[in-house]
Amino acid sequence: MSSATATLVLVIIFAFAALLLALPSVMSRRERRRRAAETPDADLQTDAPTAPTEPEAPPPEDATEAPAAVLTERLGRSRAPFRGLRDRWRARRLDDDAWDDLEETLLLADVGVPTTGRLLDSLRSDARRAGIGDADQLPPLLAARIADELGEGTDRSLHHDAGHPNVWLLVGVNGVGKTTTAAKLAQRELDAGHRVLLVAADTFRAAAAEQLAHWGGTVGVDVTRGQPGGDPASVVFDAMQSAQARGIDTVIVDTAGRLHTKVNLMEELKKIRRIVERFPDTLGEVLLVLDASTGQNGLTQASQFTEAVGVTGVVLTKLDGTAKGGIVLAVEAELGVPVKLIGIGEHATDLVTFDPRDFAAALIG
Amino acid sequence: MFETLADRFDAIFRRLRSRGRLSEADVDEVAREIRLALLEADVNVRVVKAFVNRLKARATGAEVAESLSPAQQVIKIVHEELTATLGGSAGTLHPAKRPPAVIVLIGLQGTGKTTAAAKLARHLEHHGRPAFLVAADLQRPAAVDQLQVLGERAGVPVWTGGPDPVTVATAGVREAERLGRHVVIIDTAGRLQVDADLMGELGRVIDAVDPSDVLLTVDAMIGQDAVRVATEFAEQVPLTGVVLTKLDGDARGGAALSVKEVTGLPILFAGIGEKLDDFEPFYPDRLASRILGMGDVLTLIEKAEAAFDADQAKAAEEKLRSGRFTLEDFLDQMRQMKKMGPLQSIVGMLPGVPKELRDAELDEGELGRVEAIICSMTPAERRDPSLINGSRRHRIARGSGTSTQQVNSLLKQFKVVQQMMRTMSKPGKGKRRGRVPVPGIPGMPGMPGMPGR
Repeated sequence: MSSATATLVLVIIFAFAALLLALPSVMSRRERRRRAAETPDADLQTDAPTAPTEPEAPPPEDATEAPAAVLTERLGRSRAPFRGLRDRWRARRLDDDAWDDLEETLLLADVGVPTTGRLLDSLRSDARRAGIGDADQLPPLLAARIADELGEGTDRSLHHDAGHPNVWLLVGVNGVGKTTTAAKLAQRELDAGHRVLLVAADTFRAAAAEQLAHWGGTVGVDVTRGQPGGDPASVVFDAMQSAQARGIDTVIVDTAGRLHTKVNLMEELKKIRRIVERFPDTLGEVLLVLDASTGQNGLTQASQFTEAVGVTGVVLTKLDGTAKGGIVLAVEAELGVPVKLIGIGEHATDLVTFDPRDFAAALIG
Repeated sequence: MFETLADRFDAIFRRLRSRGRLSEADVDEVAREIRLALLEADVNVRVVKAFVNRLKARATGAEVAESLSPAQQVIKIVHEELTATLGGSAGTLHPAKRPPAVIVLIGLQGTGKTTAAAKLARHLEHHGRPAFLVAADLQRPAAVDQLQVLGERAGVPVWTGGPDPVTVATAGVREAERLGRHVVIIDTAGRLQVDADLMGELGRVIDAVDPSDVLLTVDAMIGQDAVRVATEFAEQVPLTGVVLTKLDGDARGGAALSVKEVTGLPILFAGIGEKLDDFEPFYPDRLASRILGMGDVLTLIEKAEAAFDADQAKAAEEKLRSGRFTLEDFLDQMRQMKKMGPLQSIVGMLPGVPKELRDAELDEGELGRVEAIICSMTPAERRDPSLINGSRRHRIARGSGTSTQQVNSLLKQFKVVQQMMRTMSKPGKGKRRGRVPVPGIPGMPGMPGMPGR
């Protein structure tokens, strides 16, 4: 054991030493990398063949816009705890237990401690002002508060100009549903009568491009893809050139999933954004895709991605599960990034515009 | 991973240590802080409630009141409770009734089943158990391709093809048996636990292959829903354990705490990176230590013993104590340490490392640069860096492909390191430090968090 301890002491010391020695050069290297990244790349001419897909793809099952009723129905499962709350609250006095109950319900919906606290504080003063004594009068007030928190007047449309390609960049951590969202967006744009190009800029994950190509075939949209392991920025560059030449209206770029803590990968994303910016005025949206089941880490994700590539909107996916997506309250409140779209199913048409009122109402019932 | 939770506990405990006697109000305050810390870490609300109640009951009891250092005692209780919540000792895979052992991976969409399948296969191969992958996710476009590519990279055969998941799975298991593979890992489609059709299909797959383990993949970033998802999956299929994925992010991983506590399912493995080898068994007690900022010393010792030669280590240690530690010795030790894995992960396991250092992004290539600089010195220079004058500096820089500034900064850093080593290796002194003193590291302005926004 004593030799193990000695070894351990050594290791600790060396780890520190190595750390200290390596740090300054890390910084100088960073500096260089940044400078290098800012100069235009010479190696953009890698081949990124455009894979044309037959336009006569099978038509989407139900091309109708999902109305509020559908949303309410789809969100039905996430309402369950709130409904339970209402049942528990029938003919109950508004006492401390009731407030605790409400707090627990909000926390269980991933709303988070600070936002829950703020909501409850304002709800308390609302209740006092309105002289509410019965607990079951609270849900409508809470719905109003949540809708308020989400800012009903916020512009949630996707930026799109006529006459030139509009690029919508999809970013996010692994497994949130970026590729599926890209396909759904393509379907929406197609329905709106736009010419659409899908870009598979995920050259990292095995078979990610195949997945998008499959979707491209399903919705009937061309997919530009690069070599596996290639430079995603070069794929985007080629796609932009071809989009301009072909008079494409909407370019939807599916990027590789990356954890916001990986500096290199975030740099790669910045580079993709810079490439798009070389084509003036084309960058329409940078959409962060967030999984509805994400917990408090969602806020960190949103702030890191915003800092790196300037997120303009959030797409909240997988709301058809039991997760409530309460984290978007915090994302909107703290970062001012609006939720623009929600994904509520597996079909290409299951992507609808986010409506705070519907969302709050669907959440509380 | 888990840094933020560790940081919060760190702050709470530091305040606690400064108190002599603990009043009930103190305990209440600690309990409140811990509640907040756990909730922010996505620990399930109900689990937090139970945890805090247990903590309060014990902290106001006799074991603390009669203790000489009540604060220390409370810390110990938190540690014990957290370890218990996290799952006590490590879990293992079940042995098969008859080979091959069948493992079915299930979970929500996007939790990382396919990647986990390939990583698990590789892990088992490394432990002498020939694995076999079966691509039974026929739902997501290109999921089969993905597993095929990953299987190729992992060097594990992949079974594909078949009209439905049940057929694929049974044929895959038969094939594995024929090939004499020990373990079959079946990758299934992601599904919602409330999707009756897909859950029914999953039940049929499981019935058909009679698995020894059914593992649920859980994303470390998941929030409060984790418990519900795990519970409802467990109600419908015979779950035996959990694989925690994407643990390399900064998610606080409260899901890990809660799922075990509520469902009793052990967390068997954790995915900790993008590479196929970034996958390891999950040790709950060690993780509890890591969460509490006490470092993961056990893993560190294991890794160190595997990498270091005992005699050499002893010799180096003696040199260290005597203060005759040179760049040459450093180079030797650094090369040994490389065998222990990425520096970042080693630093993460160290106890009492300041947050700034833990969070610093490290590039292994930088160690290579340090190595190159030292290698470009003459043996005399390595033993006595004060020999190095302007022209020698220039030569070293040219020899190592660096700049004189880089050589300079290395020499400067080494001086600091020597100083630090002398302090740290003094017997007895190193024991009580809560934090290692890092004497004014030059050139660390604000840390390189996010350059060039």
